[in-house]
Amino acid sequence: MFEKHLMVCGATGCLASGSKDVTEVLEKELSDRGIRDKFRIVMAGCPGFCEVGPIIVVYPDEVFYCRLDPENIAEIVEQHFVNGEIVEKHLFKPPKSKEVKRFYDEIPFYSKQVFNVLRNSGRVNPESIDEYIMRGGYRALTRALDMKSEDIVEEVKTAGLRGRGGAGFPSGLKWKFTLQAPGTKKYIVCNADEGDPGAFMDRSILEGDPHAIIEGMLIAGLAIGSDEGYVYCRAEYPLAIQRLKMAIEQAEEYGLLGENILGSGYNYKLNIKEGAGAFVCGEETALLASIEGKRGVPRPRPPFPAQKGLWDYPTCINNVETFANVPLILRLGAEEYAKVGTENSKGTKVFALAGKVNNTGLVEVPMGITIKEIVYDVGGGIQKDRAFKAVQIGGPSGGCLPEDKLDLPVDYDSLTQAGAIMGSGGMIAMDEFTCMVDLARYFLSFTQNESCGKCTPCREGTKRMLEILERITEGEGKLEDLDTLRDLASSIKDSSLCGLGQTAPNPVLTTLRYFEHEYREHIEEKYCRSGICKELFEYAIDPESCNGCRACTKVCAVDAISGEKKEPHKIDVELCTKCGSCVDRCRQDAIKIIRVGSEADVQG
Amino acid sequence: MGEEATALPEIDLDKVDEVVDPFLGKKGIMIPVLQNLQEEYGYLPRPAMEKAARKLKIPVSKMYGVATFYAQFHLAPRGRNIIRVCKGTACHIQGASKISDRITEILGITTGETTEDYRFTLEEVACIGACALAPVMTINDNPHGRLTPDRIQEILDSYE
Ligand SMILES: Cc1cc2nc3c(=O)[nH]c(=O)nc-3n(C[C@H](O)[C@H](O)[C@H](O)COP(=O)(O)O)c2cc1C
Ligand code: FES
Repeated sequence: MFEKHLMVCGATGCLASGSKDVTEVLEKELSDRGIRDKFRIVMAGCPGFCEVGPIIVVYPDEVFYCRLDPENIAEIVEQHFVNGEIVEKHLFKPPKSKEVKRFYDEIPFYSKQVFNVLRNSGRVNPESIDEYIMRGGYRALTRALDMKSEDIVEEVKTAGLRGRGGAGFPSGLKWKFTLQAPGTKKYIVCNADEGDPGAFMDRSILEGDPHAIIEGMLIAGLAIGSDEGYVYCRAEYPLAIQRLKMAIEQAEEYGLLGENILGSGYNYKLNIKEGAGAFVCGEETALLASIEGKRGVPRPRPPFPAQKGLWDYPTCINNVETFANVPLILRLGAEEYAKVGTENSKGTKVFALAGKVNNTGLVEVPMGITIKEIVYDVGGGIQKDRAFKAVQIGGPSGGCLPEDKLDLPVDYDSLTQAGAIMGSGGMIAMDEFTCMVDLARYFLSFTQNESCGKCTPCREGTKRMLEILERITEGEGKLEDLDTLRDLASSIKDSSLCGLGQTAPNPVLTTLRYFEHEYREHIEEKYCRSGICKELFEYAIDPESCNGCRACTKVCAVDAISGEKKEPHKIDVELCTKCGSCVDRCRQDAIKIIRVGSEADVQG
Repeated sequence: MGEEATALPEIDLDKVDEVVDPFLGKKGIMIPVLQNLQEEYGYLPRPAMEKAARKLKIPVSKMYGVATFYAQFHLAPRGRNIIRVCKGTACHIQGASKISDRITEILGITTGETTEDYRFTLEEVACIGACALAPVMTINDNPHGRLTPDRIQEILDSYE
């Protein structure tokens, strides 16, 4: 019997902040005291709050230790695990507050979240099927085994589940089409390609709760009459693949996968395919080509995969998070499930919340929550109390929404109306130091690079748009460029073969719609107010704020900063490479972004 | 850079049999075969691809078509240490390009290139799931987060 269960976050974010070292020290400290066998240490999935990693959650005490360092562990072991006294200084403390928070339910980051899809992530050992079963896992499957295909489809339709991979297509309807399509064989495919370059939801679900995906796919198989499935997962996600493989083996051992599942006569074989690093392979027809071993280029639809998919058989393809919702629907029942969310967007959505908010991490919120609640309540507001500028939702296919859209509810239709999309869950908050033109350029260079080249509008059109954006960010823009961008955008949207091209202009269109003034400033005034476009600003030190602490001179690689100790310093704009190291280092905020050539006005 | 910089190491083509044989007669295998070949050799040497294509009875041009399509495959040998700078959205807005600029200044290579002594190869990745620590890079899968340009030299120095 274990006295305590220690859940150490072993997801990428915490690994990067050192959770492996923390675990090693933890093992050692417990062993040194001869009490190692009283503790169960689990490298768990992501509990979401990456910002404060490494994290250890202690059960049954319900204690959430965060921002740990290997050096803190001896104290926690001694004071808490031996003497029974919680170590307060390693609990979570909200900024500007003296009060420490002991557990999930008290931490503001978690208070507006609803854990449906992430209910197990960080709370169970993802490598143990028993723990999944103990938390109600595979109960939905047993229910589905007693149902007719049509009834399962109906249940998912009633629940109002819409695809979480981007477009938000009603999943029940897709299942119905695949069920009705004639075919001697049918396939289920799970899209775990996660192409959005600012997102990691699907990866976290696979790493934290792999059995939920297997169960969701098994239920989908029953619903459409399929006996084989594929999970198409990026090769860059080795841990997710490893966990999934392990989960498949366990499920096979337990008779939950393979032949004659639970004695029902239902057979199901699940395969994993590793993707090889191409954004377009997230598009469903390209993904199917890739599973077949070909170059991952999309083909026109119709026929849709539901009619003609993998090796020409009817195929139902859904996103990881979509499948993760399925067991929940069957377990709770459609009506109970549909209590969360809005009229046309049911359930929750998982977002990878990142950028300039205080609390970055993985969050699961009810549909209909406002952007403001996500940024300010869950995200804890913008870092260093700076001004919010925009939030980018939906990655390269999505858009940027400005401050006056903060009250927008997060549901499929409202987001689309505002020019963004729900997307797969990337959500990046930006402050006054993010340049909107540069951001549009960034996304376009991504899509341009990832365009498979098959259709001309996408291949050539995005290249033209990118060239214009590069010109503007380099200070060579012309006012008529803005019209050209709009024209190109609309023809690329209308005439591209697949969703990649059809959505590629979105980041440009939304920034033009909401931040045209920044484009104009780049073009007309040759000024980048955010200090990003290198040709369009300079740094200068404000003599009023500089206290001559010399911190900046130490980090300047080119010795561009001079000045006596305790006297205001100066930047030599000729030498400065604008790497920004000094700005990050200055505690007085004395280093200002100025117009090119105005340095004498500031530094004197 | 790369291919002609230094004499290429000898290639043991017997390994191709080990990699390819388990796949013979199966469908949809081109990508896994290339992945396993690359795991064996560190990259995709031309003679190995030619031999694999012969064994699988597919035109070598088709195999090249697939290998060049996917970012994961490398046709030239790579360095002992692989630096991957995250160019995901969160890292981008937290200054990822300043990080790769500094690496370029120090090592004299840009993305996709390998140093002449094969000590480093510089690559880019999209989000590695550590956005909270942006900007981030990995070296041989060790993550380094909350980077600033002035920390780069020291980090590079710790890899031989
Ligand atoms: C360029 C492009 C990239 C895409 N990338 C992904 C992806 O990474 N993950 C995903 O689930 N869907 C992606 N999609 C959407 C898929 O084509 C498909 O609609 C989705 O997998 C269907 O699942 P859902 O209905 O459960 O959302 C992408 C679409 C396009 C056009
Ligand atoms: S964007 Fe770099 S880790 Fe997510």
